Amino acid sequence: MDLEVKIRSRNIDFYYGKTQALKKINLDIYSNMVTALIGPSGCGKSTFIRLLNRMNDLIASARVEGNLMIDGVEINDPKTDVVDLRRRVGMVFQKPNPFPKSIYENLAYGLVINGIKDKKFIEMRVRESLEKSALYDEVKDRLHDNALMLSGGQQQRLCIARCLAVEPEIILFDEPCASLDPISTRKIEELILELKKEYTIVIVTHNMQQAARVSDYTAFMYIGELIEFDLTEKIFTVPKEKLTEEYLSGKFG
Amino acid sequence: MIVSSKTTKTRGFEFPNASGQKVLCSKNVSQAIGFTVLVLCIVFALMFLGSLIYFIVANGLSVISWEFLTQVPRRAMTQGGVAPAIVGTFYLTLGAIAFSLPLGLACAIYLTEYSPKSIAVNIIRLSINNLAGVPSIVYGLFGFAVFVKVFGFGVSILSGSLTLGIMALPGIISASQEAILAVPQSYKEASLALGATHWQTIKKIVLPTALPGILTGVILNVGRVAGETAPILFTAATFYTRGYPDSIFSEVMALPYHIYALMTEGTRPEVQTQIAYGCSLILLCLVLTISALAIILRQRQRREYGS
Repeated sequence: MDLEVKIRSRNIDFYYGKTQALKKINLDIYSNMVTALIGPSGCGKSTFIRLLNRMNDLIASARVEGNLMIDGVEINDPKTDVVDLRRRVGMVFQKPNPFPKSIYENLAYGLVINGIKDKKFIEMRVRESLEKSALYDEVKDRLHDNALMLSGGQQQRLCIARCLAVEPEIILFDEPCASLDPISTRKIEELILELKKEYTIVIVTHNMQQAARVSDYTAFMYIGELIEFDLTEKIFTVPKEKLTEEYLSGKFG
Repeated sequence: MIVSSKTTKTRGFEFPNASGQKVLCSKNVSQAIGFTVLVLCIVFALMFLGSLIYFIVANGLSVISWEFLTQVPRRAMTQGGVAPAIVGTFYLTLGAIAFSLPLGLACAIYLTEYSPKSIAVNIIRLSINNLAGVPSIVYGLFGFAVFVKVFGFGVSILSGSLTLGIMALPGIISASQEAILAVPQSYKEASLALGATHWQTIKKIVLPTALPGILTGVILNVGRVAGETAPILFTAATFYTRGYPDSIFSEVMALPYHIYALMTEGTRPEVQTQIAYGCSLILLCLVLTISALAIILRQRQRREYGS
């Protein structure tokens, strides 16, 4: 199968004020694959993933250098439309963060802010996204209830559905199961495997088993550097770097 | 080895043993004394509040009647009602809200969401907080100089509303800022990540979520200034009007000023004092109703959003 590079990172340096958080990151992320970023806390994996939809723009002291391209287009270019970029690059956060609105409004929000007014179309898209995120059967009778009434796992699937509703090309998962129980975690993982047919997925995870279960490629990061990047099965069976092997075998982390 | 002394040794530090009742006892006694003092302080504070309400109600209730609430004053304030003063206070309060809500909210949005972190902005924040401490009579003079004289609005509802509004402004800005800052960052991130602009995020996520806090702040601060006398003394209030105001440029009677007038002018203090108590009772009810409204609003929204 031909691999198509969706995201290309070249010599990415990132600073919070004077602290360098990422050092010369070179990484290719392929279309319709799940790429996992693993590494101990503070290694820069969340920082990296938040560069992909320019969420780090919110931090005043943040500074990025190097090239970061999606479909060959530099995303840190001043001419890039950040709003459009974020629509194309969806994000699911560490803690489920539905809006304090109804389930329906949560899902319709992304469409409404992107200028869609057709009620029928919105209704259809709401239903589709709920079906895709395997939540439809659980909530179809209470679409107008407050989303905060759902369980944590359901909330997280709602957030995934909300993200799907605006038809992104890439979905970033920032430790999506960090606050969930094992059963909810399994549902999310099944969902990720299902979603990669249509989307390019990048997932940050603390959980090495999770990376092994859901990802095709794995990048191991350590203190701001990319140590190793390869097929997940290779990383987990025959890592090239000693540091990777030590981390995976639990010698540190 | 079993140690059976009166003290147990823990890393060389001596604790009195459980049998050393004396120590244990004195600990409990000091706690009991502490609690009692705190309870007494509460009772003391409540006593003042209670007696205030009691005196106002006891003295004021006798003059309250349908006539008192709906009639204009007659015979140099000694007969008839205080309806124009009630209406005047109502207009002034409404005017103060109409002016200070949009302005205060806009300032709060700018300061929390848009302003760069700079010394100038910090000075602005500090000045806003300090404005809250300016004596109300100073606001009154300012309103007189600017609205009545410079802008030429005269002694009118407009001048009074603007003066009261300015006085409520610092409190409204602080309360709105707090409410906006209390909106979880995760909501904003979720909205931005879906491709919303900063302004859409503020309009559709931040403000609706912060609304209960903002409204509570507005209501409490306007409620506070609604009972003020000094700011309207030279800008809006008058001793007596024959009827009701017919435009925003009319001068009006207002409850706080009416109380002041009844107690300082006129020829029949014994009757006027009674009427003053009646006015106080109405004013008190008005302000308490406004506060109650704020509380109900906050509770309802809290339930809805389950925060």
